[in-house]
Amino acid sequence: MRRFLLIFTPYVWLLALFLVPFLIVLKISLSDTALAIPPYLPVIEWSEGWQGFKDFLSQLDFENFTWLSQDDLYWKAYLSSLKIAALSTLLTLLVGYPIAYGMAQAPDEWRPTLMMLVILPFWTSFLIRVYSWMGILGNEGLLNQFLLWTGVISEPLHIMNTPTAVYIGIVYTYLPFMILPIYAALEKLDSSLLEAAEDLGCSRLSAFWLVTIPLSKNGIIAGSFLVFIPALGEFVIPSLLGGSGTLMIGKVLWEEFFSNRDWPVASAVAVVLLLILIIPIILFQRNEQKAREADQ
Amino acid sequence: MKNRFLAATAGLALVAGAAAAEEVRVYNWSDYIDDSLLTKFEEETGLDLIYDVFDSNEVLETKMLAGGSGYDVVVPSGTFLQRQITAGAFQKLDKSKLPNIENMWDVIEERTAKYDPDNAYSINYMWGTTGIGVNVGKVKEALGDGAPIGSLALIFDPANMEKLAECGVHFLDAPVEMIPAALKYIGEDPDSHDPDVIAKAEDVLMGVRPYVQKFHSSEYINALANGDICVAFGWSGDILQARDRAIEADNGVEIAYNAPSEGALMWFDQMAIPVDAPNPEGAHVFLNFIMDAQNIATASNYVYYANGNKASQPMLVEDVIGDPAVYPDEETLKNLYTTTPYEAKVQRVVTRLWTKIKSGT
Repeated sequence: MRRFLLIFTPYVWLLALFLVPFLIVLKISLSDTALAIPPYLPVIEWSEGWQGFKDFLSQLDFENFTWLSQDDLYWKAYLSSLKIAALSTLLTLLVGYPIAYGMAQAPDEWRPTLMMLVILPFWTSFLIRVYSWMGILGNEGLLNQFLLWTGVISEPLHIMNTPTAVYIGIVYTYLPFMILPIYAALEKLDSSLLEAAEDLGCSRLSAFWLVTIPLSKNGIIAGSFLVFIPALGEFVIPSLLGGSGTLMIGKVLWEEFFSNRDWPVASAVAVVLLLILIIPIILFQRNEQKAREADQ
Repeated sequence: MKNRFLAATAGLALVAGAAAAEEVRVYNWSDYIDDSLLTKFEEETGLDLIYDVFDSNEVLETKMLAGGSGYDVVVPSGTFLQRQITAGAFQKLDKSKLPNIENMWDVIEERTAKYDPDNAYSINYMWGTTGIGVNVGKVKEALGDGAPIGSLALIFDPANMEKLAECGVHFLDAPVEMIPAALKYIGEDPDSHDPDVIAKAEDVLMGVRPYVQKFHSSEYINALANGDICVAFGWSGDILQARDRAIEADNGVEIAYNAPSEGALMWFDQMAIPVDAPNPEGAHVFLNFIMDAQNIATASNYVYYANGNKASQPMLVEDVIGDPAVYPDEETLKNLYTTTPYEAKVQRVVTRLWTKIKSGT
């Protein structure tokens, strides 16, 4: 019984917070836009019972998904979002791994403080932190003023409203999500394994490659997912730091929803986005499982 | 010790009192009222006013169509109001609760009736034109003394825009404002709903798009005032507010507003009560408060927009009532045009065009 409850709880969670909202979005994506409250049709007529439900089903169609495939805007936006998310994940990993490694190597009594420092930015609103980047990166911003003052540059750098600013914003915002899982993996690492590797003739560098990296693989993967997934649908950072030329699917979704008042197409964009995210994750897990079975 | 205890209980009593008072929730445009009116309303009526702001009709419309916004008074512009009335988003006004409605100005009521027949659902809050704000000094520096600061050629002729790009140009992030203006510039009907005609606006906007620093509907007030940009295509009162802020800051920036000589869009911001407003009673009290001649005059004197209230005109300062940029003379009035809401299919063409213009895709 206890075991049942243990398994049951996460499933209820998944059902209530993922599956039900997803089905609602899916339902809207199959509807047609209308000038009404809510702005789409059909709506289920509960009063007519089973017949009402059947009528409702018969009015659903895949028109909106066909529409998505006809305008290249959507594919360009998906691809550009994938590129931005992938590159930011890589950059976050490159910055985050050394930090996590340094934290794991630090003396025991320092670690809680270091951990605290990583989490500390979360105590300030995310929006305020992105706004302060606007103050730093602007043409008259702190960074340009400092560089001009030191004489490194003679003309202000144009970073604000470019893709570079978006990358800086995403890497900065999601860095803790990369550091924490990697740190958790590295902290558990048994240092005697490294000693053994060195005893067997490994240099420190190759021991790092052959022992530390593979053993922290799970942390790297978890961190990468935690950064990649939210970065893909990111809306706030590109709209505040990016220029109008930075095309991302979050922005397209916003336009469909707000400017076109087309909830059905907006929902279709969201459903496709979810598929783009879920398919690689499922494939990846299959792969993992096979590898585990092969090990045994 | 005792005192501190007393203070604490008094504080608690205050909190409890505040929670018990009735609330009126108003959702209005940003930078669109004199804040002293908000306190005055609470003092006069004993109602708690919750005042939130937005900066685009699209955001308001989505909230209205989703339903359950929780607001008692909202302020859509004419075309958006018309569409939302069709969607059933508003309730009819109970004019018996609005004695101040006799203050309203028939000239404006006639025009707003185009969007809201008989003005059954809304009252006019402010109206204005969409036009060109310039930093006079910087524009003359870029284009010489003969710069066409009162003409759409300033912002739609690539030759001018190329020279202005260096000092910064902002456009409204609102296709329903920019596309009619572009059509007017090439002599087409600004209110055209024909996709082939609308497509002609694309060429005009694409030609100057590389020189536009930003498409945004509220940042230009500050950007103009502190000299960050030299031209903004925006709403009349916003640009006049920028002019005022620059004068206050005494930073040597001189801002001027002109309704384009080719013709300018005239728009109306209307106050209406959502069909599911939690406190329609309080909403009527708020509308009546706004229609009080002195109150709306205070608002107009602060935001530099004309209002639809005839009785308020003697109380307006000369800067407002005497400025043809705010209250256009007969001649300019003839030159103003209005638009009607796009149908869903045309709206999609317009939004797609706008995405293309902004992102190049």
